[in-house]
Order: sequence, then structure tokens, then C-alpha cells
Amino acid sequence: MLQKTGPKTLVEKIWEAHQVASEEGKPDLLYIDLHLVHEVTSPQAFEGLRLAGRKVRRPDLTYATMDHNVPTDNPFVVNDPIAAKQIAVLEENCKEFAIDLADLNSSAQGIVHVIGPELGLTQPGKTIVCGDSHTSTHGAFGALAFGIGTSEVEHVLATQCLWQSKPKTMQVNIVGERPHSVSAKDIVLGVIAANGIGFGTGHVIEFTGDVIRSMTMEERMTVCNMSIEAGARAGLVAPDETTFAYLEGRRFVPSGDAFEFAKEKWRTLRTDEGATYDKEIVFDVTAMKEQVTWGTNPGMGTDVDGRVPYPEEMESESARRATASAIAYMGLEPGMRIQDIEIQHVFIGSCTNARIEDLRMAASIVRGRTVKPGVRALVVPGSKQVKLQAEAEGLDEVFKSAGFEWREPGCSMCLGMNPDIVPEGERCASTSNRNFEGRQGRGARTHLVSPAMAAAAAIAGRFVSAKAMLEESIVS
Amino acid sequence: MEPLRRHRGKVAVLDRLNVDTDQIIPKQFLKRVERSGFGQFLFYDWRFHADGTPNPQFEWGNGSADGASILLTGENFGCGSSREHAAWALSDFGFRVILAPSFADIFFNNCFKNGVLPIALPKETVDRLFAQVKAAGDGGQDSGYALTVDLEQQTIYNDNGLEVSFDVDPFRRKCLLEGLDDIGLTMQWEDRIAEFEKKYAPRERYELFSNCYLNFE
Ligand code: SF4
Repeated sequence: MLQKTGPKTLVEKIWEAHQVASEEGKPDLLYIDLHLVHEVTSPQAFEGLRLAGRKVRRPDLTYATMDHNVPTDNPFVVNDPIAAKQIAVLEENCKEFAIDLADLNSSAQGIVHVIGPELGLTQPGKTIVCGDSHTSTHGAFGALAFGIGTSEVEHVLATQCLWQSKPKTMQVNIVGERPHSVSAKDIVLGVIAANGIGFGTGHVIEFTGDVIRSMTMEERMTVCNMSIEAGARAGLVAPDETTFAYLEGRRFVPSGDAFEFAKEKWRTLRTDEGATYDKEIVFDVTAMKEQVTWGTNPGMGTDVDGRVPYPEEMESESARRATASAIAYMGLEPGMRIQDIEIQHVFIGSCTNARIEDLRMAASIVRGRTVKPGVRALVVPGSKQVKLQAEAEGLDEVFKSAGFEWREPGCSMCLGMNPDIVPEGERCASTSNRNFEGRQGRGARTHLVSPAMAAAAAIAGRFVSAKAMLEESIVS
Repeated sequence: MEPLRRHRGKVAVLDRLNVDTDQIIPKQFLKRVERSGFGQFLFYDWRFHADGTPNPQFEWGNGSADGASILLTGENFGCGSSREHAAWALSDFGFRVILAPSFADIFFNNCFKNGVLPIALPKETVDRLFAQVKAAGDGGQDSGYALTVDLEQQTIYNDNGLEVSFDVDPFRRKCLLEGLDDIGLTMQWEDRIAEFEKKYAPRERYELFSNCYLNFE
């Protein structure tokens, strides 16, 4: 087995612990500890198994849910025949191959990247895959988690392994004094805006530094979720007491002595003193402000009190062209103030920002205020658990009485595969992760923000600082 | 995957350049939950009118491709979108071999993954084959021009003395000869996988899913 000697990074440790085979000049055969499955990218994989007369090797390491195209108003009324079929087919496949499924009736159902951690399926040191690019979310627990294609889904189902070439490693060290108003979403948007959307290509990013250490698990998930938007293959954070405290007592986490034993092992999951990364980046948050994207990729963003850039300011010809076409698509003017951008839709949801802390944060802004007339605002909890918890805390009432719609869990307006879409030419403040052209609907204009900023935008009808709103200096 | 050693079959001709995967399988057919059954949509927008009736103007409109299993076509076949559905559609339609002067990369790979052998031949050879098929007269279901593709010998020949050799990556050749797809190949590592599972098994058997691999020393 080809293994490194001397000090190792966290990624190298997890990698080497999962090598089933490795030969010089070839990809390694990597063992997969957890395979998450959803309705959109799995049907052909199951069919392939059936045609070849193969079985799922480890149904016990496989867990399925439905999220991408479930309707969130009434999930039991699926009008799109293809969505309905994909949901039904997943049910049949899980039954045939004996895979645990959190279906629409299950209290565990939700967005695949929200429920994995919530159920304790996601654990430090695991290799985790799913036919979905935002699998990187699970890296927050010190797992090596990445998205795969449908052929690979079939491969993992059949063999519980994948051929993978060893990724390069990158450290993104987040340092400085974090301003109270700056959320994890602002930080990760800031990192991408500062370094460009491709800066992580070919690498697995390890996020380090005091700012990361003092983050909650929810915040770390938001950061790791968006590492894919930096082009990275995955993103992760070394586990610590915060991680263990989050995991303890969850459904699939060992308990008692076994938990203590696991904890001892998990504590060894950090990058050794003296280990080196292929690339290192330092990002200081001290002077950061709340972020809003103005363009059509997650790196096209700026401070809430900033402006839409002038294409001429860009360094290269291709950047000038990209900026100009993004501004045109977004229906903005170069140089206009971010705070003058009016929105018609607000979406608080997605695997980036639909966990309980996100909803609490948004609710703290919304409480006692009302949604600006003419704005359609949606809260879509990331999972059934999140929804129940929020309702137990009365957050649903806070949102509803302010004029928000309170929905059932699912991906919803993050990608508009279900009926929740933004109409052509209209503008949405969204807590999701992608602002690509057409992502939330044909011709839809997406601005990525934190839950607090999305809530503030719903109240003001335009982008305003959530911090300023909390300090009541803004009259909507 | 079905092994491919020596294959004899009828040749269908598609004398066009740069046939992209959007033409091979138009995007309105991607939303299926199966991998099979795509053959009926192969070249759909060419084979059929907008109302779904067959287009007799298309070069296969006279049935010249019916029952064919070898496709003879022009340069840069399979360019465009990476959709694996293109290979699925060709295979499901019945094609096992595709002959062309050149192929697009991703499509070329996807063919091997799905038991289809793409062979890049010199342009002159392809032109010669085009001429021979035409001379043979390509009408009707049962008639037509046949070739034998021998992967073991890496030659293509017919009954009239034509014989050309071709190159193929040795590893991929082996996979096709033995009928091994990616998964089949990995399954040859079964012993290693089983050994790994045993060695890395949990110290104790906790509940479901707690068997994370705790070997980090
Ligand atoms: S919420 Fe959006 S990004 Fe996350 S899994 Fe669903 S569609 Fe993908």
C-alpha cells in the first residue's frame, strides 16, 4: 500500500485509512463508509444493478431520502409526473435492495445533507459519498465527503468502493477577530469572492484557524457546503469537542463506552505538526461585513454597503466581459448601491442554510416586523426535525405572522425542480449556494446571502444590513 | 457487460461530421429513471418529425439501419455534452461497434463503459468503407453490407477480401473481451475488499452505522 511517512494532513490520514488497494501511477481503490442516496441521481444506478444481476454490497452503509423534487406546500401531492415517478422508483428500489429510506412519511426526511449530520450518520473520519455535489457539507465533522456521478453511485452500491486519485490538499486558515454581525455564510462568500471561484480546483480544503474553531457545527457545515463553489473536491474541518458534543446521543452514533472509544480515535484526526499542504491561503475576517452577491457565480459578491462593480475595473478582458454579462443578466447597473437593489422574493432554505440555527437567526430579525408588501417570502426548513424543532420554539409563528410562508422540508427553490421557482426577470434574496443563470427558474435573478440578510431583505424589500436592522436604525 | 470478441453484423451508414450527443439523444429524453430503453430515442429529431411520425427523408428512413449493429460514420463523432445517455442509446438500439475517423473523448470513454467498441480508423479506410457500403446497395431490412470485427486479432474484414487492422488500448481490449465493466473489474478485487472489511471492522459491533473505520493510528 502506498502510504506517506512522516507528518500527515487530516485528509491524508483519512485517505490512507480507507485504501483497499493502491499502486503507483493508478487511482486508489477507496472504501466508502457511508453512501447517501436521493431520488434524482439514483434510478439509473439501481437499474444498472438489476440488469447486471448485482446486489447492493452494504445496504447497512447506505441511507436514502427524498428531497430534490418533493413539493414543499403539500409533499403528498406531486403534480409533476417525472418527480412523482422518481419518488416512487426510489421507494421501490430501497425496498428491493433493503436500504433504509426516510420517505415522505418519515420524521427523518429532509435534505440529504441536513439529515446525515442530524441523524448522526455523518461522523469524523468517515468517507462519505452521495450523487450530489454539496456532499462536501459533511466535511464539517472531519469526514472526507464528496459528490459523485450516477455511474459511480452504481459502482459504490455494488462494491462499496470507488477508484479515486489522491487529491491535492489546501489549507484555508480563517483568522482575525470575527465581527458579531458576520455569519459563516458571509465568511465563506468572502473567501470565494477574494480568491475566485476556481481557487480550490483539484484540492480538498481543510478549514483551520480560531474563527473556524469557535464556530458551531451548523456554521462549519455552511462553510464546508460552499467549498464546492470554490471548485474544491471537498472541504473539511478537524473534529473537536464541539463536534463530539453535537454528535453525542444522536440516533446512529455509538453510545456509552463505545462513544468514549470512538472519541479517543476521533481526537487523532488532525493535521500533524509539520505536515504541509499543497497550497495555503489565509483569510482575515476582522474587517468583514455582511455579504451580498450581485452576479451569476458565488464569487461575484461584495459588502452590503458596497456597490455593483464597473466592468472596466476588472483586470482581464475575460473578467470584464463576464462582469458585464452578469450585470446585464441580473438587470443591474454598474456602480449602483447594493442597498438600492429591490427584491421580490426571499428564500430561506437549502442545505447551506436551513438548519435550526439559521432559522433562529432569521427569526430574530423577523420577530415583531412584517414582510414588505409585494415580497413573497418562503421559509423551507432543511428537514422534518428542523421543522419540528422550530415549531416547538414557536419560530413558525414568528415567520407566519410576519407574512412568510412556512413550508415542508425539501430542496425547494434552491434549484427549482419542484414547483417553487422564481419567475423570469424577478429577483430573489436566497440563502442557497448557487446564483447561476436560471438556477432558481428560467431568467430568475439570485442574490446569495445569509439567513439574517435574507430576513432583513424580506422586511425592507431591498438589501439592508441585518445588523443595522437589529439595531433599529432602519425603518422599513 | 456482454463480452465482445468477434462480432459480425450489418453496417449502418451515417455520413455526417461532428454528430453531437444532443443529436444522438435529444435532451427531452434525459428525464427517464431507466438506463435502458433509450434506443427508441436514438437520433430522434432526425428520425422523426415534430409530430412523432417517421421522417422518410432521413438516411435511415428506408430501413437501411434496421438490424444493424455496426455504425459507420464521420469525424468527431459524439462531441458536445458528456451525457452517458448517448452511449446508452446506441447500445440499446443494437450497436456494438462504431467506426469513424475520430471520436470525442468523453463519448469514447463512455462507449467502453457500456460494452460498445469505438474504433478510430484512417480517413481513407472509412471513405473506402463508405464506398463499399454504397456499392452494396443499402436498402431493406434483411439486405445490407456486413463486416466482421475481430477484437482478438484487432482486424476488420469482410467476405470480399477486405482486411484492415486497428489499434485499441490493451486494458480496454481486455475488459471488452472478458465482458468486464468498471464494476466487474472492481469485483475482481473482492478478496481485498473483504479483507479490508474484516480488518477494519469495528472493535465491537455497535448499532447500525456505528461501524465507522476507527483505524487512525
Ligand atoms: S438544497 Fe440545493 S444544493 Fe442542497 S442538495 Fe438540495 S438542490 Fe442541492
